[in-house]
This record gives sequence, C-alpha cells and structure tokens, in this order.
Amino acid sequence: MKTVFDRPHALCDVPLHYCPGCTHGIVHRLVAEVIDELGVEGKTIGIAPVGCSVFAYNYFNCDMIEAAHGRAPAVATGVKRTHPDNVVFTYQGDGDLAAIGTAETVHVAARGENITIIFINNAIYGMTGGQMAPTTLPGQVTTTSPYGRDRKIQGNPIRVCEMLSTLDGTALAARVSVDTPKAVINAKKMIKKAFQNQLDGKGFSIVEVLSTCPTNWGMSPTDALQWLRDNMIPYYPLGTYKDIDAQEA
Amino acid sequence: MTTTMIFAGSGGQGIQFSGKQIAKSGMYAGYQVTFLPSYGPEMRGGTSNCTVVISDEEIGSPSVVSPDIAVVMNKPSFEKFAPRVQAGGKLFLDSTLIDLTTDREDISVIPVPATTLAEENGLNGFSNVILMGKIIKETGLFKYEDFVEYLVASIPPAKAALIEKNTKALELGYNYTV
Amino acid sequence: MAKKVLMKGNEAIAEAAISVGCIHFFGYPITPQTEVAEYLAKRLPKVGGLCLQAESEVAAINMTLGAAAAGTRVMTSSSSPGISLKSEGISYIAGSDLPCLIVNVQRGGPGLGGIQPSQADYYQATRGVGHGDLRLIVLAPSSVQEMASLTAQALDLADIYRMPAMLLADGALGQMMEPVDFSAFPKRDVPEKTWATVGHNNARPHNIVNSLYIDPQVLEDSVKARYQRYAEVEKNEVQYEEFMTDDADIVLVAFGITARICKSAVTAARAAGIKAGLLRPITLWPFPKDAISAAADHAKALMSVEMSMGQMVDDVRLAVNGKKPVYFYGRTGGMIPSVEEVTKEICSLANAL
Repeated sequence: MKTVFDRPHALCDVPLHYCPGCTHGIVHRLVAEVIDELGVEGKTIGIAPVGCSVFAYNYFNCDMIEAAHGRAPAVATGVKRTHPDNVVFTYQGDGDLAAIGTAETVHVAARGENITIIFINNAIYGMTGGQMAPTTLPGQVTTTSPYGRDRKIQGNPIRVCEMLSTLDGTALAARVSVDTPKAVINAKKMIKKAFQNQLDGKGFSIVEVLSTCPTNWGMSPTDALQWLRDNMIPYYPLGTYKDIDAQEA
Repeated sequence: MTTTMIFAGSGGQGIQFSGKQIAKSGMYAGYQVTFLPSYGPEMRGGTSNCTVVISDEEIGSPSVVSPDIAVVMNKPSFEKFAPRVQAGGKLFLDSTLIDLTTDREDISVIPVPATTLAEENGLNGFSNVILMGKIIKETGLFKYEDFVEYLVASIPPAKAALIEKNTKALELGYNYTV
Repeated sequence: MAKKVLMKGNEAIAEAAISVGCIHFFGYPITPQTEVAEYLAKRLPKVGGLCLQAESEVAAINMTLGAAAAGTRVMTSSSSPGISLKSEGISYIAGSDLPCLIVNVQRGGPGLGGIQPSQADYYQATRGVGHGDLRLIVLAPSSVQEMASLTAQALDLADIYRMPAMLLADGALGQMMEPVDFSAFPKRDVPEKTWATVGHNNARPHNIVNSLYIDPQVLEDSVKARYQRYAEVEKNEVQYEEFMTDDADIVLVAFGITARICKSAVTAARAAGIKAGLLRPITLWPFPKDAISAAADHAKALMSVEMSMGQMVDDVRLAVNGKKPVYFYGRTGGMIPSVEEVTKEICSLANAL
C-alpha cells in the first residue's frame, strides 16, 4: 500500500507537549516538511526560544541550540557567521521576539543576516500562563491586562513585519496564518521561500504566523480560530510586506 | 639600574609619542621597559601624561609617583610634577611655554625653548622631539646614533617624509646649549 | 629568542588569540578595552576571521554562545559594566557546557563608575557572574606578556574543560605597553568537539546544546557532573607565583597590576630590613588556597592588597582559616595604590607584629 501521509523526517518521533488546538504543531510540521523538501536537515541548525516552543530542540531532528529568552537571533548570528554554509533558523514567539528580544530582532534584520526566522504571534504569553504580550490587541484581556489592554496604560501592539520591512537588510517579511487548509498551504509556501532565500544567500527572511492559544484565550479550538479571523487578522493583515524578489521584478 | 620617567603636557604635543619612543628604544637596546599612558577623555585636548620605566632587571610597578626624570611641556604639568621629581633627578621643560621656576636645589632643571627652536627651524610640531634630543644628551640613556636609528625605525614607510624633520629636531635638541 | 614587540595589553590579548586560532570575535565598544575590538577589526578579515560589533553586550555574548555551540574557538571582551550585561549569557554558556573566552578589562564601579583601572569585579568573576551553580576559570595577568600568554592558555583550558574562561585584567594592563614575545605559548591537546551543533550531515543523531532541565533530578545530576569537571580544574590548573616568601614574616597576596606594585613594595621593605614576600595568584579560580595555607604556616601575618574595598581578602581568609591574622589594604574607584603607600603599610604592620 502506498504511503500518502507520514511524519516528516525532520520532525522527531516524540509526543509534542502543545495544548489541544494550538497551532504550534502545524507550524512545526510545515518547517519540517520544508527542511525535508529542500534536503537540508543534515546541515541545518535550529535555535529554540524561551516560550511555549522552548522544547523545540527535542522536536526538530536537525542539530538544535536552546537560547536565552529573546536572544535566538544573536545565537543564530554566532552560528551563521562562523558556519555560513549551514542553514540556520530560529523559531520564536511574540514575547521572545518582540519584547525582550526586540533589539536582537531589529539588528539581525538590519545586518541582513542570512538566516530564517519563524515567528509565532498568538498575542499572548502562553508558557507562563496567559500574560500580556507585545502583540496583545487593544482591549484584549490577559492575566496582566485583566481589564483589557488599555493603550493609555499598556501602550500599543507592535506590527513586526511592517516594522522590519523598513530595514534594508530584510529580504522577506511576510505574515501568514494557519487557520484554514488554504492558509496552511500558503504558510508553507512562504516558509519554504524564507529557507530558499537563505540557500540563495539573499539575506534576512522572517515569516510571521498568526496562531491561536485556545488555553490562554479561554476558548475552544474552533472558537479560537474564529477569534483570530475576527480580531487578529484585521489588526495584523496577512500579506507580504517586503520581498526583494518582487522589488527586483 | 632602573630609570623612571614621566612625560606630561597638553594633548597634541606628542607627549605619548615621546614616552612610547623612549620605551621602544629601551626595548631595542635590550632593557626591560614599561609604558603606562593616562587614558580617557584627557587624550582629546586636556592634559596628557605617561610613565616610562627602563631597567636592566624585571620591572615591578609600572606606575610611579616620584620619577627620576620629568619632562613637562605646559604649566599645569610643571606645577604637578616639579615637586615630585626624586632628589638628584632631572626636570626637562619647554621654556617657551613655561615661565615658572622651582626653588628646588636638589634636582637639575633643564630648560629648553623647544617651541621657539621648532618655529625658528621650520619644525612646528616637533618640539617634543627637540626635547628628546636634550634628554638623550643629558641622561646618557642611549647612544645618540642608536637612538636616531630607533627613531627612524619607528616611522612607518607611509610617513617616510617625516624622517628628515624628526632627525633634524633630535639633533637640534641634542646640540642645544643655553 | 624571537623579536619582541612593544604593544598595548589590549592589543596583546587580540594578537595572542589570533595566534592560537581564535579568529572569531563578537563585542561592543567600552573604555578601557576598546583596542581589543579595534585591533581585531583590522586583523581578522586578513586571516579569514570575523570581528562583529554587536548591538549590545547582551547580543555579543549570545553571538559568542552561538559560535561556541557550533564548535568555533571564539571570544568576546568588555569592561566591568559590559560584563554585568553579559552575565546572563555567561550563565547560559556555563549551563550549556560551552568553551569560550571572556575578557574583562576592569574599570571602577559600581554603576557607570569610572574608566580608570580597578579590581572590584573579583567577586563577580569568582562568585557571581550569572545565576546558578557555576564557575569560570579566571586568569589574572600582571604584565602585557601575560595578557598574551594567559589569553592563549585560557582558550586551551576552556576547550579542555568545556567551560567558559575569563581573563580578568584591568585598565592599566589594557592600556600599558610592554615588550611581548608571541613565539612561545605552550600548546595543549584539546578534545574534539563531537557535541557541536554543526549539522549532523545525516551521519549521527542530532546534537542539542541546551541548559534547560525541567526535571530537578536530571538538573541536579547535570550540575553534579559539571562540578566533577570543576574538581578536576581545581586539582590540575592552579597557578601562582611566589616572590621572596621563603623566609617572609609578612606575606602580601595580590594579583594583576597590584602584584607588580607589591613586588616593588616588597623589595623596598626588604631594603628597610623587613622580611616581606609576595604570593601572586595567577588563577583566581581555581584559587591557590593550598599555597596560601602553606605560606600562613611560616609567616606571621598576611595582607591582601587589591584595587577594591576588599574582595579577594575573603578567599585569603578562607585559605588561612584562622591560622594567622589576615590584613587588607586597598584603593578603589580607579585609584592605583603607589609603591610608597604599600611599603608604608608593610612597615606599620611589621611594627605592630
């Protein structure tokens, strides 16, 4: 009998710890499929963050480094600059990438480091149990914005792709979602492009994936997907904010 | 035998260059040497000083309070270091820029109008080298010919045009008498 | 003998690192260590290496971590306030069992402090650089020659024991010039880095460089395994220098530039008929406690001399363990003790004994 669906080789055969309905699992799979399709597992080094995906080092079959909170882009720089022929990617959440690691994120893009960042934006701190993130929406209730995020008190969310698209070092900044099968197919296309860019030496590529956190949002998985469509996508419009290929063409 | 020296003046007078050149010459001549500069904001226009120790044995402290020799090129440096020179020591000064005197009789005060000599001989900016000439003459730390060789050796090829002025200034100071 | 060159201490660190194959550097400018980066920025591109100026000390130490994880011989350097920023990364490097060299050209603190030389980061280097149970190998040069030779040694030691090593210098050593000979660094065998994350090339299971252990039993086991290596370092790698300690009544203990001053003071005190000596720790961790304990057996008193308010003196007291009185003399904030004032301290101590 012909196998039509299987675990990608780049994904380890271990149970993932993610909550039911969390979209981390989908994105893990997409990254692993891309690594398989490009045939680069043997030369890839992944950098795991601090956040819900902290254990990503146990899930990806390539060599992995666990970084301090927010520092994955700096660690990736150290690896890539001393091993330019390897493929280096970071996998980071919104607190890691857009709060404590903002400086590292901006400067890795400004330098045009030839690496790939997979950025999971679920508008909340998942690992520590639902606190306000830099991407938490105005009015959104979290354990540290219990009356809803008030712009006057907690400030405004950061649109990462828009911000990084202004930097000359950025080759690709795209925001995708994984809320529908069609969106998943498109997300994989962009993730593959972000890795291919690195293989082609084009410079810094980031794919932001809008994700759900049913547990900390306090919703069922299907309600969470609908909440993402109704609230996150309007604030964080999907699309490609910068693509040097498109600019050249 | 250990000789301790302090060079002091204003930023831009070549204080650090003089100290470094004496230290480097000491090294070439086979001595142990240390060169300890003042550093930080004073490098850029304020007072500048450095300490040089030359010895035929292992050097302990590279920092010196009372030197055997002080070379001063502005008034504040004269005021600071004239009282500190060891009894029996030597105080070299640019007498064009410093019209102060000390009542110390236990040290040799050696005034050289280095800035005037430099101006009169088309050697603006080389008053520190003129003073170095006098130091070589009065201290006997190095043979004159050797020191010229060390000085020329430390001028990079890109600045070869400066060799003539340096050697001229050194000679002027070496032969200067009151 | 190879020809010596007159060099700044900071430059000697840089050149020595290159000479033992450390051609990757990540740093951030701060006085008084900036010449390390400036020198490397000029030299490394010419030897196939890289000097990258990071956006912060925090980023620089994490770039260092990344390069070390990928098996590269790598270093970073800074001065006191910058080391505080790096301390997070240093803890992760220690917890991930990664070798690298961290240079601290100390200046006065706390806070922004000053830019003149200091030794007030002794506690930080030997006790508190980063959270958790961890040690750094800490080497304390006291000449420009040692700025070079101990840099070379530190890189070997880091690789051998798979842990970070620190060169603890100060602004005076960084800025001063002395003749240096780069020809004679003894090379040690260093193990192959089979653990490095360089891509498994489909030839082995994936390597993971990590400091996270959620199960406390597993974490305790990993820390204990690391401490067994630390015990090996303590057994094998202690270095110190003794100067006129054999018959000394008063033994000074001092490291770095302060030890130079103390050497001159000991000589001056001897000339005045006082039997003084100096024990200079070259490794601050592992600390030469046995040598100090032995010195305490025959001396009447010991005195720790430091450019701080008294930090190493704690280790001296622990080593002496009450056998003899231990005194302290120090200057801080960027003030360098003079030979004259240390000599005076020795004389007044001799009178009191």
